[in-house]
Amino acid sequence: MTRHLVTPLDESALRSLRVGDRFTLTGDLFTARDAAHHKIVDLQLRGERLPFDVAGMALYHCGPIMKWTQDQWIPISAGPTTSSRMEGSEPEVIRHLQLRLIIGKGGMGPDTLSALADVGGVYAHYTGGAGALAARSIRRVSGVHWLDELGMPEAVWRLEVDGFGPLTVTMDSHGRSLYEEVSRDVNRHLEPRRQVRGG
Amino acid sequence: MDQQPVQVLIEAMRLAVTRLPDEVLGALQDAHQAESELGRTQLETMIANAEVASAEGLPLCQDTGLPTFRVLVGHEFPHRADVGEWIRTAVRRATEEVPLRPNVVDLLTHRNTNDNTGRGVPMIDWEPVPGTDCRIDVLPKGGGSENCSALRMLTPSEGFSGVKRFVAKHVASCGGRPCPPGFIGVGIGGGADTAMKLAKRSLYRPLGDPHPEPEIAALETELLGLVNASGLGPMGLRGRTTALAVHVEIADRHPASYPVGLVYQCWAHRRATMEINAEGVASLVSAGGSIPGKDE
Repeated sequence: MTRHLVTPLDESALRSLRVGDRFTLTGDLFTARDAAHHKIVDLQLRGERLPFDVAGMALYHCGPIMKWTQDQWIPISAGPTTSSRMEGSEPEVIRHLQLRLIIGKGGMGPDTLSALADVGGVYAHYTGGAGALAARSIRRVSGVHWLDELGMPEAVWRLEVDGFGPLTVTMDSHGRSLYEEVSRDVNRHLEPRRQVRGG
Repeated sequence: MDQQPVQVLIEAMRLAVTRLPDEVLGALQDAHQAESELGRTQLETMIANAEVASAEGLPLCQDTGLPTFRVLVGHEFPHRADVGEWIRTAVRRATEEVPLRPNVVDLLTHRNTNDNTGRGVPMIDWEPVPGTDCRIDVLPKGGGSENCSALRMLTPSEGFSGVKRFVAKHVASCGGRPCPPGFIGVGIGGGADTAMKLAKRSLYRPLGDPHPEPEIAALETELLGLVNASGLGPMGLRGRTTALAVHVEIADRHPASYPVGLVYQCWAHRRATMEINAEGVASLVSAGGSIPGKDE
């Protein structure tokens, strides 16, 4: 069964999601990759506020292709980027901004999993490379920040999406990570091969 | 100088990023039959995405890569001095016209150059060949898959079994980060740089063409089996299909050395090829197996 989530996200809805659940998303999200994460953490350390409000929004690990046409940004291609690059700063960012939905690909580590448990959030997977399809569900680009400084892929883009998905919960707020489980299985499958000699 | 080759290069880049090669689409469709439910969803999204991108002329993945080219330049090709500038100009214009994502970041200032050119970029692998023509392959390759490249200096006594252990373990350890099911390029022999270069060059080989030496062709088949036996699956969410092909290229080696390079290409294995003849006239050769309007 595919559920449908709408922003602003609330804790009880996100706490009810479990690994394997599928859903689509309608509402507001913002993109951030490595450089934007560093800026967010720096601002936090200096006790300064972000120049944009992300309350109730989803964070999307994405560096889109955007095109400026007449007086607005048009999304061209906007699939997920590899989330693990953000592992170093994500737990801090989750706790600081009270983020309850992170969308990306490839999964994240144990520190992020524990931050998700603290705030009652999930990490959801979207198929890597599916940029054209993802761009189709963006209804509007509602803003961009740090574009001059960080460039198009690393800037923070605020997007309104409609029926974005299918998204799959791969890390939940109850301590489960599909990535940890698959990794254990994969290592077990490879184990006997270490003993094979010759070839 | 005639700018017609620049125009064709832009078209080659446009086709490469908007149209998934037919044989790649076919491989995804074949894999779909045998997959787990979650794996099937991933492959379905990949296929639907490739169809939307092709129909709308949009880059199928937002990561249109660090501009990467291989140039097979004829010894007697009269315009060899112009090719580098043609490519640079075409990359700048394609960035605006296709559009491509500006992906080149200044190593010192961290500023995006905004036109996909910079120090050492576009990256061009020049290979002199006999003849009067020039052939240019375009390989848009994303950062997520490139980050899963690896080099291992094995000992010669480890040989093929060392290669198998390294490739199977490394691909499994990458998880879903490089967007599996991928295409695994492996280079064995020469120096460290040779192994990496051969690994990347192997990705230009058409899908389904085995290595001409039977021992290496057999190694490719065996490596594909080992990688898929891991159970990692599409996007690393568990399943049967972790790779769609393994290509191996080889060089002979130093008695003490056994370098193995691995270059990972994501499922979106985008390519296009164009040629320029001695008169300086360029034409598209292929964009994933077919060129619009030239199919029949």
